[in-house]
Amino acid sequence: MRGRPNLYTRYDSEMGLFPSTTKKVSIALLAVIAVLAPLAALPFFGFLGDGSWLVLVNKALIFAVCALGLNLLTGVAGQVSLGHSFFMAVGAYTAVVLGGEAGKTVWGLGLPMWVWLPAAGVVAALVGIFVAPTAFKVRGLYLAFVTLGLVFIGQYLWRNLGKVAGGPTTGRPWPELEFALWRNMDPIISFTSDGELWWWLKPINLLPWVQVEEMSGEVKTYFFVLVAVAIFAVMAKNLMRTRIGRSWAAIRDRDIAAEVMGVADAKAKTQAFAISSFYAGLGGALFASVVGRIIPETWDIFLSVEFVAIILIGGAGTIAGTLLGTFFVVLTPRIVENVTGFLATQAEDGGAFSWLGSIFVRSSGDDWIGIVSYPDAAGPGLSVAQLNIVLFGVLIIVFLIAEPLGLYGIWLRIRNYWKGWPFTY
Amino acid sequence: MLVGVVAQAVTQGGFDRFINALGSGIALGAIYALLALGFVIIFKATQVVNFAHGAIAALGAYLVSYFAVTVNIPGKWMTAAPEGVQWVLSAMVAVLLTALIGVIIERVTIRPMIGEPLFAVAMITLGLDLIIRTITNDLMDNSATGLGDPFGLDQISIGPLRMGYAELATISVTVIVVLLLLWFFRTRTGVAVRATAFDQEAAMAQGISVGKVFAIAWAIGAALAALGGIFSSVGARGAAGVTPFTALFAFRAFPAVIIGGLDSITGAIVGGLIVGIAEVFAGTYLGSISWLGNGFAGIVPWLAMMLVLLIRPYGLFGTEEIRRV
Repeated sequence: MRGRPNLYTRYDSEMGLFPSTTKKVSIALLAVIAVLAPLAALPFFGFLGDGSWLVLVNKALIFAVCALGLNLLTGVAGQVSLGHSFFMAVGAYTAVVLGGEAGKTVWGLGLPMWVWLPAAGVVAALVGIFVAPTAFKVRGLYLAFVTLGLVFIGQYLWRNLGKVAGGPTTGRPWPELEFALWRNMDPIISFTSDGELWWWLKPINLLPWVQVEEMSGEVKTYFFVLVAVAIFAVMAKNLMRTRIGRSWAAIRDRDIAAEVMGVADAKAKTQAFAISSFYAGLGGALFASVVGRIIPETWDIFLSVEFVAIILIGGAGTIAGTLLGTFFVVLTPRIVENVTGFLATQAEDGGAFSWLGSIFVRSSGDDWIGIVSYPDAAGPGLSVAQLNIVLFGVLIIVFLIAEPLGLYGIWLRIRNYWKGWPFTY
Repeated sequence: MLVGVVAQAVTQGGFDRFINALGSGIALGAIYALLALGFVIIFKATQVVNFAHGAIAALGAYLVSYFAVTVNIPGKWMTAAPEGVQWVLSAMVAVLLTALIGVIIERVTIRPMIGEPLFAVAMITLGLDLIIRTITNDLMDNSATGLGDPFGLDQISIGPLRMGYAELATISVTVIVVLLLLWFFRTRTGVAVRATAFDQEAAMAQGISVGKVFAIAWAIGAALAALGGIFSSVGARGAAGVTPFTALFAFRAFPAVIIGGLDSITGAIVGGLIVGIAEVFAGTYLGSISWLGNGFAGIVPWLAMMLVLLIRPYGLFGTEEIRRV
């Protein structure tokens, strides 16, 4: 049915991964951009090749893995969880015990990545299965409180299990992302150290404006987590459009009705918790490994709220929305910081936006007006970090009130507008 | 665990230690009960799970420090009055202002969400929590801020029981609040609140202004949160005053709510007392067990909550949800 992208004549084509040619083309385009951008090979977006941006992009990609997990649990299966940071912590600490170096005060087996990375996911999933029975005993908002309790109990554990987590204020170093056959062997591929361009990426030098020979550690990490996100996004999509995902959706919409129709409530919820925790554990291990050293306080309630916000801002129950939401939530703080810095300079040097700068930025203690103290964070105004948290809260509220479908909903509206253009419907 | 606690209570430190732990447990429980009451009233009347409750409590406590210490309102107009009276008046101004803030929050962020799923509204309050908590922290410069309270660390002895003035004040204010609430729910407005809690549409059909009821519920809820925040920041327990930790401390009132049942006023009081007493007992009697590590008392409320939920999924006094297809 050419030219009629929304007309499906078979179920297969409607449930397909790429139901239309447009989708195929746009995904392919996205893949090309995703490969070119970090190598600074993309016109106008060269800044993405900059180390400090790449670190953020890497963080966003890793968070995307975790957020996909929460999206399956909360967005698809409808089980509200505030305990995502707990499962991330379980994964991260599994990774460090299996893969970290043993010390006088800490445990560590020094095993290679191909052991600790999957193990992080599996152990977190097992903990998820252990927690799941509460989900079919306790429902709705009560469940949110149980999972909230998990975060606090977890933080108590990490603070006190020094052998696992390191000191409460110092943490411990995590194993690096590098592929070795067994412990103490030289890594075959390292995803963190600077080096030559991988051979399979060499063809990009055929592009006339590209000249890349070297590859920084951040870029290598980027490619590693990019592949991880791609795998897990497809996996999530496949889960959603097959039997398991449909049973989750049924549970979300009305669990008792789903049971009547033959969906096993307990089984579906256990699956949801296990798989969501698997994502969280794996993402947590990646996150800790890329950050390098993490203190127990990191796995707090704010981290959980961040993930809930990601799926709400992105659009609950959608893969594309989750990815959009992650990038939005992770990259916004950096953008806010840059804008604040820009406005502060404008206010000082008297540029076109100096009026805005002088209202917004409180550059010295004498300023009587201004929201943000910059560059000196002390004083009556909010610091940039605080502004980001406030903005984050405002965004959650605004999105929930104005656009419950999140960024994905905005995208849908834009798409539908242009689909019928120049007609309104 | 409970049996172990009781067994140790008899063997360790004897009756003196037990009665003092009980006294301070009840005082702490009273703080939790105040916070839980506010939470439950908001939930019952408006069906909103208010995750921002802790942040509102911290804001209320900060406002006391602002009115009593920074600007000295209304003290500067009534220098003749004793200091204690001045402080109480400042605290009342702060509580009223917090109630007003509660009303504004309801009007701006909660009202547009009427009819949306509970979960979505709860997430709104999570956003509010971030906003209020961050701004409060910034207002108090991210450090401990004294409330200038007159209680100090003074104690009073009743037989073997020693209680701080602040603890006594907490318990008596909680009792007064409970009595006031009992009276309030029998007034015309109170009946309207109860009717709305029972069935919003039916209440509306009877000519009750549901919007007004929502505002009242949020005002009461925020005021109670502020009271809880204030009492957690005075006396020996809150010797440092209000800190960035106060909002997180108030998070521990959630287990109290859940133990009692999300929609039960009695439950809030009982849950608060259970959580407070359990926490203090754990701190007193289990503090010496080294393998439990630091801060075990802090997670006792959560453990108690999970235990109760496994036995009674809707809390001790909560209404069981009737599940229909």
